[in-house]
Amino acid sequence: MNALIVAGVLLVLLGVSYQTGWSKSRNLATANGVKVHSRPQYHGSYSAIWTMIPALVILLLWAWFGGGIARDYAVSQIPQDTLLALDQAGLNNALNRINALASGYGVAGDVAPWEQAAGSAVRSFNFLTFAGMLVLAVVAGGAGLVYARSRITARLRARNTVERVISLLLLACSGVAILTTVGIVASLVTEAFRFFTFINPIDFFFGTVWAPNNAGGANHGQYGLLPLLTGTLMITAIAMLVAVPVGLMAAIYLSQYAPRGFRAVVKPFIEILAGIPTIVFGFFALVTVGPFLRDFGNAIGLNINATSALTAGIVMGIMIIPFVSSLSDDILNQVPRSLRDGAYGLGATQSETIRNVLLPAALPGIVGAFLLAVSRAVGETMIVVLAAGNSPILRGNPFEPVSTITVSIVNQLTGDTDFTGPQSLVGFALGLTLFVVTLCLNIFALYIVRRFREQYE
Amino acid sequence: MATDIASPASRSASSERTRAIRAGLVRRHATEQIFRGLGIAAIAVALGFVAILFIDVFRKGIPAFVQSNVHLSVFFDPELIDVDPAPARDQFPSDAEYTAASLKWQRSVALLNWNTIVEASLRKAAPEAGDMTAREILSIPETDARHEIREMFVANPSLLGQTVDVDVLASANAQNWIKGNIDRSLGDKQQQLSAPARALIDTFVENGTISNGFAWSILTNVDSRSAPASAGLLGAFVGTLWMMLIVVVLAVPIGVAAAIYLEEFAPKSRLTDLIEVNINNLAAVPSIVFGLLGAAVFINWFHLPISAPLVGGLVLTLLTLPTIIIATRGALLGVSPALRQAALGMGASKTQMVFHHVLPVTFPSILTATILGVAHALGETAPLLLIGMKAFVASVPATPLDQAAALPVQIYLWQGNENRNFFEPRTAAAIMVLLGVMILLNGAAIYLRSRLEKRA
Repeated sequence: MNALIVAGVLLVLLGVSYQTGWSKSRNLATANGVKVHSRPQYHGSYSAIWTMIPALVILLLWAWFGGGIARDYAVSQIPQDTLLALDQAGLNNALNRINALASGYGVAGDVAPWEQAAGSAVRSFNFLTFAGMLVLAVVAGGAGLVYARSRITARLRARNTVERVISLLLLACSGVAILTTVGIVASLVTEAFRFFTFINPIDFFFGTVWAPNNAGGANHGQYGLLPLLTGTLMITAIAMLVAVPVGLMAAIYLSQYAPRGFRAVVKPFIEILAGIPTIVFGFFALVTVGPFLRDFGNAIGLNINATSALTAGIVMGIMIIPFVSSLSDDILNQVPRSLRDGAYGLGATQSETIRNVLLPAALPGIVGAFLLAVSRAVGETMIVVLAAGNSPILRGNPFEPVSTITVSIVNQLTGDTDFTGPQSLVGFALGLTLFVVTLCLNIFALYIVRRFREQYE
Repeated sequence: MATDIASPASRSASSERTRAIRAGLVRRHATEQIFRGLGIAAIAVALGFVAILFIDVFRKGIPAFVQSNVHLSVFFDPELIDVDPAPARDQFPSDAEYTAASLKWQRSVALLNWNTIVEASLRKAAPEAGDMTAREILSIPETDARHEIREMFVANPSLLGQTVDVDVLASANAQNWIKGNIDRSLGDKQQQLSAPARALIDTFVENGTISNGFAWSILTNVDSRSAPASAGLLGAFVGTLWMMLIVVVLAVPIGVAAAIYLEEFAPKSRLTDLIEVNINNLAAVPSIVFGLLGAAVFINWFHLPISAPLVGGLVLTLLTLPTIIIATRGALLGVSPALRQAALGMGASKTQMVFHHVLPVTFPSILTATILGVAHALGETAPLLLIGMKAFVASVPATPLDQAAALPVQIYLWQGNENRNFFEPRTAAAIMVLLGVMILLNGAAIYLRSRLEKRA
């Protein structure tokens, strides 16, 4: 409700200020017949900027500090002797009750007279501060508007000011990308650091047993990364064994052999695979591929578990096929034609040209694509959550259930956000490991791909 | 002329070489065929997987769109419904007193055992069920049948003493039995329903008391634990809609603005390089890391509500931003320099050139990139699990700050339900809904692109 009122007031301010600047500019032009530097829109925007910035600054300050001030006021409304008797939890509880009374919802149980009094006091305080802030914001905006209007003359370079503000806004938007990275690194590093105050980093990175004690208590359990790492690597390796041959051969056929029409039809169909949500692949792995592999194993005398590294790896490989194939396709198309023509001129067949000329020439790029695909597979979550069996034990048999870094993050962190013990903090240590590994893979891969591109440009 | 005539020796040598080359050619052409065959095989494998996946999901999911309804004629027996008559408005001086009285009456209605009414109607439909226990009989309709009938009575108290035809859902276990989701040859111990109940269901199906219809409940109900047969996707769908709204409102302006800055305005500087490297890397960061970011920053530091579409939307916005930025930059790069030079030559400022001339031309590409980015965000599951969106929520979120589920998370929750026989098809049905939305979005992207590009 309050948010709607604020939005409405801001919209009205925006409209009024724009219109004021615009009409002043119009009057300038028609009254004196002088040449005005900027067009009326710019004068409108100019006065809108001068109006909105003071108003927004005041509202933002209020949004930032208002909560604390309201809390202090509510605390001051609790009688002194009652306040002294309350501990932290009791104080929070009392404040919640007062706020509930103030909002008019009412509370469970009997209401003490001082609670009722504090509730109504807080209610009028909230209303008054809200109204006061709104008035203050409008006044500040109005003052800005008056100032801007007085500055609007034929010679005012309004366009330049407006364009500078626009480009600052644009810069701020691209800053969001940096903020995101900073946020990721900061949150991962601080929380992982807190985790390492509970658990020795050596025990984490080189431990061979993963057995967190999720019940809490003094015994935190063991947090060895190696079982998860081997599980991740095993699944990634299987996924690559599926995705690279299929994806690369599909790319070669589509880019070198396929007639144009065939390519136009088939390529989108393969790329459908890239658009399917991973949870769908996970379900497919769990209910179809897993049981199939188990029955197949039984038929040939192998003991394959329905949820195993093999199941998750194969399905993840399917998921990555379009990724590998479209990257390789791009890279094969970048190899200069002259290399191919040279090989044909020497009498090589098409496949010989591809195998002996094209692929070696494109090898760096394909390695880059391979590394990008590996990083995708390492960070993939839902398929392994559903189909890898969640068994964090150090073993090398792909037919057995395993667990991965991402699965453990999900297991340790879902729903739980008090982040007090190593049980949930380990999620961030694992996340940091994952982030660093994928970041290195990505940077290296992008570097290779860029070098490869420059080579043929 | 003499040079043209080869000596017999050299002729035989050359023919030997020709033969060797011929033999080699056969081998080389065979390799060529094999190589080409491998390419076709790879494509067949990839397409085969697409086909198998879709066929598998559809084969499993389509039966879940059929639900079994039990047609009951419910007698609102005054002996069983032993409550005072409903209060009428004119008995009370004020609205408040009337509301209090009618709430009190509704509580007394809720305290009645409505299962006895359901049981009586079922027994009436099946006289042969005489010696079955109430529990066995009540295992046939879904557990929310009693609420449905109670609500009918609350809405219309004059039903007392009348008989009304009501359709209620068959329970999950009964539907498993009817649809054959459970092996009918299993012994009594492995069946979830008792032998008489199963026999009664078969009778009901034969005499038409139970019939099948399209399962609108999947689309119009919210999730439910106590009455699994009535569990639906509406809550999750609305939660997803809220998140997508936030993604579109935030990611598109910010992403396009960032792309414009980087492509058109940014000076060649360290900062610009840093931003660029950043964006390229963010595009490849695993989605689960964004979930960790959301859990630590939005929930733990900013104290935003847990499992709310607002937080999910913010996380997905950050996840989609790099995609939109990269796609928009590509589109801006593709605009012909002639257009820019013409605008600048006519005296436009750089900002005017970008916003009045370059940006409108790239509109189709930006639109397509946005739709594809949203479609990608739609299917993301892992980051949502980390910000607490896997809680069981049985309501439609009215604002982005309410607790909500999301479509992919609902799939995750349903696949983990213990009643596998019933929830496996239901999960597949939910996947069909999710895939349907995604195909719709992708189709819209392709259609809009082709249409707008033709006009441009």
